[in-house]
Amino acid sequence: MRLARRLWAAYGGYALGFASLFVIWQLASLYLVSSVLFAPPTVVFRKGLVLTRNGVLLAHLAASLQRILAGFVAGSLLGIPIGLAMGSFRPVRRLLEPYTEFLRFIPSVAMITVAVIWFGIGEASKVFLIIYTTIFIVILNTAAGVSAIAPNKIRAAESLGATRAQIFVHVALPATVPYILTGMRLAMANSFTTIVAAELIAANDGLGKMLWDGRLFMLVDEIFVSLVTLGLLGFATDRMFRWSIYTFAGKYSPAT
Amino acid sequence: MPLVSFHDVQKTYRSLQGVDYPALEHFSIDIEVGEFFCLLGPSGCGKTTVLKMLAGFETPTAGRILMDGRPVTSASRDRGVVFQGDDSLYGWLNAVENVEFGLRMRRVSRAERRERAMRYLELVGLRGQEQKYPAELSGGMKQRIQIARVLANEPKMLLMDEPFAALDAQTRSLMQLELANIWRATRTTVLFITHDIDEAVTLGKRIGVMRAGPRSQVKGVVEVSLNGARSRTDDAFLRYYKAVYEMIRDEVAKSLARAD
Repeated sequence: MRLARRLWAAYGGYALGFASLFVIWQLASLYLVSSVLFAPPTVVFRKGLVLTRNGVLLAHLAASLQRILAGFVAGSLLGIPIGLAMGSFRPVRRLLEPYTEFLRFIPSVAMITVAVIWFGIGEASKVFLIIYTTIFIVILNTAAGVSAIAPNKIRAAESLGATRAQIFVHVALPATVPYILTGMRLAMANSFTTIVAAELIAANDGLGKMLWDGRLFMLVDEIFVSLVTLGLLGFATDRMFRWSIYTFAGKYSPAT
Repeated sequence: MPLVSFHDVQKTYRSLQGVDYPALEHFSIDIEVGEFFCLLGPSGCGKTTVLKMLAGFETPTAGRILMDGRPVTSASRDRGVVFQGDDSLYGWLNAVENVEFGLRMRRVSRAERRERAMRYLELVGLRGQEQKYPAELSGGMKQRIQIARVLANEPKMLLMDEPFAALDAQTRSLMQLELANIWRATRTTVLFITHDIDEAVTLGKRIGVMRAGPRSQVKGVVEVSLNGARSRTDDAFLRYYKAVYEMIRDEVAKSLARAD
């Protein structure tokens, strides 16, 4: 009983919010825009179940997720050291800033055309685009984090006898972790936008391809299944990211 | 030979507009081994600049700063610094890990550095708080961590830059008493920067009174011969207070006039 009350206090609002979303959607599709072009949630769920059973949905989901993960991990692994170097050393910043300041204003969606020309419609072009959309946000946040370190943290380390290399590893790096994590979280959100756009234009599978096929064959319910899956996937990923920050890096968490 | 000596030190800052501001000129003091030296002055007189140069964070424009007869060129673990604010603490390390930091950088074994850090945490009255992170501690406790962190590193001298200025009055006078006790127990050489006469007379063995800037220098040095714990209500304490007050009054007025 007490457990039920605690669960309600923690997740009750969420549950209610989500439930109301579906109720409103159902009512709207029944009475407001009663049309074959606006599928009610009951129909979408039935379709979703069918597509899950025959494995089609999972195949598309796996394809998209794989691309996002590969590009996101590669982009972060490249972006973090570049950001650290740019934040720590002025010449490096001078040298690389023209690239970052110029390229970050070209949206990844605009790069789809060249990506396809360069890498074809296979995995390489998608991973390239996710790297592209991840790397600049991670670089900028990491570099901003380095320059936000209080000078007294560095000075204290110097007068405690730390070498330059030690200061980098034991002071600059941990002090920057919250900024890096924030950059990665933003990059993850961008990755979802980019992957769908890329798959819409050129792909053999993935949630974006599913959307495109739905449009081509007028399968409105399939379009909705893809949309709902994207929403849930993004929500779940962001929660997982937040949860792992608080669990594994509590003392580095951006909130404090 | 004094432990530290400033010979005719000059420090000029250049503003972004290219205007030179001579903060210090012909600044000279000697600090003896084991002495608690307070540098007292009105705000903006350049006392923190003196500390920064001795710490090695800034270099003098002219003149010489010697420690053990050798010129000071950069920061070193010989001179441990306690900063005014808490932004020098490492938020991702807990209290004992902060205190161990210097020893860890020197690769002192885990067991030994933990043992030493705990000893100094006890000395500053933080026993039982060692697992807490700086964000969980009060302002007074955070300053205690800073003091323990510097002491655990066993420097030749302590540089303290108005370490209690941001604390409330009660915590401040408690911290002053405890610092006096710690100093009597360890006899570490201390350069203590303050703008508070009461604090200087409570703590200092000698008090260097500075002139208002620009071109600040030491106006005079007051030697405080009070032994043991000092009480603010003692006649002798009040005499020293008055002597220092007379000396600094005009300088405070000058620095206020300049600020207007």
